[in-house]
Amino acid sequence: MDLLNALVAITNYIIIPASTYGAQLALGALGVTLIYGILRFSNFAHGDTMAFGTAITIMVTWALQAGGVSLGPLPTALLALPFGILATALLMLGTDRVIYAYYRKVKAKPVTLVMVSVGVMFMMNAVTRFLIGVDDIKFTDGERFVITARGFKEFTGLAEPLALRTTQVLTLVMAALIVAALFWFLNNTRTGKSMRAFSDNEDLALLSGINPNRVVAVTWIIAGALATTAGVLYGLDKSFKAFNYFHLLLPIFASAILGGLGNPLGAIAGGFVIAFSEVGVTYAWKKVATYVLPIEPDGLLQLLSTEYKFAVSFIILIVVLLFKPTGLFKGKSV
Amino acid sequence: MSFLDASDMTGGYGGADILHGCTLKVAKGEIAVIVGPNGAGKSTAMKAVFGMLNLREGSVTLDGEDITALSPQERVRKGMGFVPQVNNVFPTMSVEENLEMGAFIRTDDFRDTMEQVYTLFPILRDKRHQNAGELSGGQRQQVAVGRALMTQPKLLMLDEPTAGVSPIVMDELFDRIIEVARTGISILMVEQNARQALEIADQGYVLVQGANRYTDTGAALLADPDVRRTFLGG
Repeated sequence: MDLLNALVAITNYIIIPASTYGAQLALGALGVTLIYGILRFSNFAHGDTMAFGTAITIMVTWALQAGGVSLGPLPTALLALPFGILATALLMLGTDRVIYAYYRKVKAKPVTLVMVSVGVMFMMNAVTRFLIGVDDIKFTDGERFVITARGFKEFTGLAEPLALRTTQVLTLVMAALIVAALFWFLNNTRTGKSMRAFSDNEDLALLSGINPNRVVAVTWIIAGALATTAGVLYGLDKSFKAFNYFHLLLPIFASAILGGLGNPLGAIAGGFVIAFSEVGVTYAWKKVATYVLPIEPDGLLQLLSTEYKFAVSFIILIVVLLFKPTGLFKGKSV
Repeated sequence: MSFLDASDMTGGYGGADILHGCTLKVAKGEIAVIVGPNGAGKSTAMKAVFGMLNLREGSVTLDGEDITALSPQERVRKGMGFVPQVNNVFPTMSVEENLEMGAFIRTDDFRDTMEQVYTLFPILRDKRHQNAGELSGGQRQQVAVGRALMTQPKLLMLDEPTAGVSPIVMDELFDRIIEVARTGISILMVEQNARQALEIADQGYVLVQGANRYTDTGAALLADPDVRRTFLGG
């Protein structure tokens, strides 16, 4: 019984939240890694792209809610998501046309493009705050739980509760669908293959007659869609705050680099590794230990307080850069 | 009238000229080989033919059409295929995908061409689902040549196709190149292995400092005592 309780506690406090968070990071890291593979720079504006897409989605959600539209047990934001994606894709294409295209034309160094993206990041952050403000916004509606803590306890008779929120299930299902669709696109369509070819060997891709402008445009659209989806799922799961997405940049980059920049599979693996490390290191293991160990431990058995959770990403990032700069999945060296 | 006629090419990558009135001609279905010492401008001459550097003087005509002003991409559409010396495959894509990318500009059904490439390089058929980056040097060169053949070029240009492969693989690659030429494709090739390359060459060019030093048939160059002594090591 104790062992079961320990398992339930681990599932409830680690596996479920970390999987959800990992899926959100993976979607974000996929966008970063695609941009890096095709456009060959680290896009610092990605976090604020997520914030922008989410802000638009929230505003459309409000409009839908005001109009009495709902999705029943699912959050209304799902209906608004396509609008958010559309707006973000247009913003991406516009930014590329106005800003990045020039730096590609003059063949700017990657570090220059990174700095340009920092500028874009500040602009996007300002636009987002201007649109929706800086407040903490909760925009989830519909059924809150798939499994409630009380329901689980009554059903199983265990001492430990287990809760599964709708947004957590939604995150995992959506992430799985999107990743499957993305991989299908990259591996089976002409455009997807031309993107991989362009990422592999730009000169040879040009020689083969692949149109670079088209590849770049499709990449921005996909990155915008991924960023918006990741942002909305994160916002539904926790809450929306314009600045939070800027903070997410660190774990997202850590995920992408850990997996190997430019490698989509690596981005997904990286996202989950980072999420599980972060949650695992900041979780107070005392409860689990009490169930499993014969003696009750004195402290909380928490390695790091939750305020320092970003340090986990940071340490992983530094270790990867020092010892395996190409990441776990043979990406490009930074 | 040669199929490819690149006459009096003068130019470089900006700054000093590398080519000084270099002329290269290839007849239909023949193999032309460019040899010469390091730094002679062999690869540069080939790149000039392909439009990868600006010529100050001279002209390039393909099948009687002046293509001097065209970009490399446009030249591919005109029937040129180019196999760079390095980075000539898509390493994380399968062999088959490499060939598909070679045929990217084609809107018609290219399965016949792919079949021809597989017939020419049977090993590629066996490895068609393997990533090109995981193949051996010689196999990778076959992928690179196969990729260039997918556009059904009339002129195939190879920049040191045997660089870094073993002598056995080199012989095999040369045999394949002869087979390609027999199908009516003209071949222009830069080679470090001068003696072996001239043996299969219909036409040979010895370049020195960006200009033609000797121009003759491959056999005649091999027989020329001056060429032998200076460039072929006796």
